[in-house]
Amino acid sequence: MNGTPTSYTSTAIALHWLIALLIFTLFPVGLYMVGLPLSPEKLRIYSYHKWTGVTIFLLVLLRLAWRLTHGAPPPAAMPPWQRRLAALSHGALYLLLLVIPLSGWVMSSALGVPVVYFGVLPLPDLVAKNKELGEVLKLVHASLNFTLAALVVVHAAAAVKHHLVDRDDVLVRMIPFLQPRIEKSR
Amino acid sequence: MTPLLRLAGLAGILAAAPAAAVEYNAVLTDKSQVTFTSRQMNVPVDGLFKQFDAQVTFDPAKPEAGKAVVEIDLNSIDAGSDDANAEVKRKPWFDTQNFPTAKFVSTGVKALGNGRFEATGKMTIKGRTHDVVAPFTFRPSGSTGQFDGSFVVKRLQFAIGEGPWADTSTVADEVVIKFKFLVAAVQPAAAKK
Repeated sequence: MNGTPTSYTSTAIALHWLIALLIFTLFPVGLYMVGLPLSPEKLRIYSYHKWTGVTIFLLVLLRLAWRLTHGAPPPAAMPPWQRRLAALSHGALYLLLLVIPLSGWVMSSALGVPVVYFGVLPLPDLVAKNKELGEVLKLVHASLNFTLAALVVVHAAAAVKHHLVDRDDVLVRMIPFLQPRIEKSR
Repeated sequence: MTPLLRLAGLAGILAAAPAAAVEYNAVLTDKSQVTFTSRQMNVPVDGLFKQFDAQVTFDPAKPEAGKAVVEIDLNSIDAGSDDANAEVKRKPWFDTQNFPTAKFVSTGVKALGNGRFEATGKMTIKGRTHDVVAPFTFRPSGSTGQFDGSFVVKRLQFAIGEGPWADTSTVADEVVIKFKFLVAAVQPAAAKK
């Protein structure tokens, strides 16, 4: 690549929002499905949930690969502590987006229900069936998700703060249709 | 006769003799198992029956005279999770309150060669009886013999999983039943005298 890009590529933007849409769907579905009584519907929703989780994992890998090969625009002007905090929270978001699907996968293995991606591709079991481990992993999967939810709230709040308070282009470069704003701020 | 030939002849007799005389007829239940694999959303999920009672008589030299009666305590099912264990005992599934056992009674055994055999029989679950064919292998080792086999049961033939559960796109109709029976040979009465 020739130097640091000045904006996100449309692929990076599309991946950001696609992953956002998927986790905004998957989180409430996860909360809803655990309380369902055993039924064909519950089995279906669990499978959809797992397929979507695997999809998010793959999309995040693709996104990281894209970022490594295409770079990201430099951070907006802000105090160094904010920049460090932003980098830290972005790193944590990426990490959680990879670890959460993995925790679900290993939980599935421990509970004796393999993951078959789209009902077609069987994924290998990461651990042997172990009910106690499965129960612990349920808690781990849920805790990681609530951590992600909290971070997403901080992430979105920071973006809005940049847009409304700092009046910089942090939010605009991830939402292209806010483009006119860029002209005004320039 | 040279010593070598005599030795060969003796070995032949030794090899043939136990096969002709030994009848395997005492099932070692704690070393035997009945397991199954169902498919949920095309995901294979394993389970097992902890309690069953099996009577087997089998002489590999006369396989066609072999007999097996297996009775499975359906309340001893482990379908993989507490939720599933509670659910499959209910009325739409096994209805264990009214039908606590599943029973297989063999009607015939035939040899397929190479230590492979095939048992045919009647399977009764939830008051419904259907024919099943169960291929199995038999491997003698010392005074015990091991039977390993599997066959497919179509759950809807036995009304296992009624109502919304009858949807086979969620839970497949075919359930693979696998069995391993370790059976000890008890000398026939005639041989003891």
